[in-house]
Amino acid sequence: MTDSFRRWNRSLLVVFGVFVIVFLIGPSIVIVPMGFTAGQSLSFPPVGFSLNWYGKMLSDPAWTSGFINSFQVAVCTAVVASVLGTMTALGIARGRFPGKTIANALILSPLVVPVIVIGIGMFSFFVRFKLSGTLVGMVIAHTALSVPYVVVSVSTSLRSMDRNLEMAAANLGANPWRTFRRITLPLIMPGVFAGALFAFLESWDEVVVSIFMTTTKFRTLPVVMWEQVRQVVDPTVAAVATVLLATTTTVLTLALVVRRQTPVR
Amino acid sequence: MSAHLPSGRAVRTDRTALALRGLRKMFGDVAAVAGVDLDVQEGEFITLLGPSGSGKTTTLRMIAGFTEQSAGSIEIDGVDVSTVPPHKRDVGMVFQNYALFPHMTSAENIEFPLQMRKVPKAEAKQKVADALKLVKLDSYGPRYPRQMSGGQQQRIALARAVVFQPRLLLMDEPLGALDKKLREALQLEIMHISRQLGATVIYVTHDQEEALVMSDRIAIFHDGKIEQLGSGEDLYERPISLFVADFIGESNILHGKFAGGSVVAELGTWRVGDAAAARASLGADSPAALVVRPERLRLIPRTGDVPAGVNTVDATVTDVLYLGSTRKYELRLANGQGVGVRQQLGGPETTWNPADEVRLAWDVDAGVLVAGRGA
Repeated sequence: MTDSFRRWNRSLLVVFGVFVIVFLIGPSIVIVPMGFTAGQSLSFPPVGFSLNWYGKMLSDPAWTSGFINSFQVAVCTAVVASVLGTMTALGIARGRFPGKTIANALILSPLVVPVIVIGIGMFSFFVRFKLSGTLVGMVIAHTALSVPYVVVSVSTSLRSMDRNLEMAAANLGANPWRTFRRITLPLIMPGVFAGALFAFLESWDEVVVSIFMTTTKFRTLPVVMWEQVRQVVDPTVAAVATVLLATTTTVLTLALVVRRQTPVR
Repeated sequence: MSAHLPSGRAVRTDRTALALRGLRKMFGDVAAVAGVDLDVQEGEFITLLGPSGSGKTTTLRMIAGFTEQSAGSIEIDGVDVSTVPPHKRDVGMVFQNYALFPHMTSAENIEFPLQMRKVPKAEAKQKVADALKLVKLDSYGPRYPRQMSGGQQQRIALARAVVFQPRLLLMDEPLGALDKKLREALQLEIMHISRQLGATVIYVTHDQEEALVMSDRIAIFHDGKIEQLGSGEDLYERPISLFVADFIGESNILHGKFAGGSVVAELGTWRVGDAAAARASLGADSPAALVVRPERLRLIPRTGDVPAGVNTVDATVTDVLYLGSTRKYELRLANGQGVGVRQQLGGPETTWNPADEVRLAWDVDAGVLVAGRGA
């Protein structure tokens, strides 16, 4: 009885795993060889092998500036979001103020509010301040989207940290700022760092809000891709996608490594 | 005056190091600490002893400044520190779970309070070395907490708490997480170190043996109040309430009514010593309890004369336990109540067996009178 049940479970797991690979991971992997095609069209399987499309990517200023813009925005977002997110997580974990639950829900709301709604709202709001189509505007928009990831990551670290350590620091003569600097921050650093990497990723592959926020002068890589795909479908997109994918995978791996580091006792 | 406290600890002055006045802490409608008054002399080792939830740890946390009191005041060296934040109180604390900073070595942990006080680097290094030597872990400076045993971590925590010569040393069940053997060794070490430094120690524990071993005085906490304050001997020999008698050591408690210098019950009438009666000062016919320690009881045959100045009650032996240095008898009274008797081995003795019908006897002066239930 239990044996057959277990066997059923096992086969269900295999079926599920295959589906995940084929429909979830497959499409993102399939794009990689397509960028190395010697043919002229974006198709699978690719024809022959060439680095033509990578060459075209590097020589087209639309792609290169898109890449630089995206990188700038993502790095700035990661920095700003991790500072704000850490402060927020501390306030929620340690602070005592009325409406804390509501504040927490509001901060995490970008995770559930439809992105298109956020995009439209931000567009109409940022235009007033002449921030649309600027680096600053894009960083602000992406920061709002990625702060929740930092808050969640840092909150987890704070929860696993022994509160007695902060009391011990105070008892030994450390004022609240020095307690934070010398004790709390070093101990939650893995959480802050992981949060920063997730913020980077959130910004790095964000399309919807970016489409509303960009102008012809300032476009991020995913936006350039979106526009290219709508006009001409040539294998350059696949090459760019591969670069995007490689960056994401690298950062994600880094985040997982940081997460797995010795947790605070 | 130059007083000598019971343990022989020399008190340098009769200065009051810590004074608690009407200290209270409310959590909602519940009083965790319900009015504590306590004076601690400089150099004294005081233990706050009580069951969990009796308010001893909350009291300690208020002294450290981690918890704000609802009423009352805390004076350290004659200065009211009630509104002083914890980092400015200058008291050292040792936590049950050590609370060593995991990302710092032992030496860095011990140096931390010195850095906070901006002690010059060279002087700080010397003090850290001295503190490591004090806890006999001279070579453990470069180790991280996770590389040390629980006992070693707690010694480092102790070194960290005393290295800046705090005005008070607070200890919150510091040995609670350690095994019995290590606990006993560290009890002595903590005593020696605190004496060597002349530190004023407030020690919290629920282990009465630990309290008896280490303290100059013990404050028994019950329901958020100090039920009795005194030396271990005071508490054991002269408990002032049923709670203290029951909490400290093993005790046999005979309930009855107080009448004419005796406790009167169905099982008999037992004389109470004059001193004990005066201490309890119970009204006539009020509920009373007579407390007799197991080692103060003797087993004698039912037949034969009862010596003068001795109380007796009939009992039946149920179990005889050999415990090495003592033999323990479990007996039952006619009303079904269990009684324990401890007999020191090595002297002349009569051995009794289960089902033997005997008489329990004790000197009138060995009984302690306290108010009974419902008093």
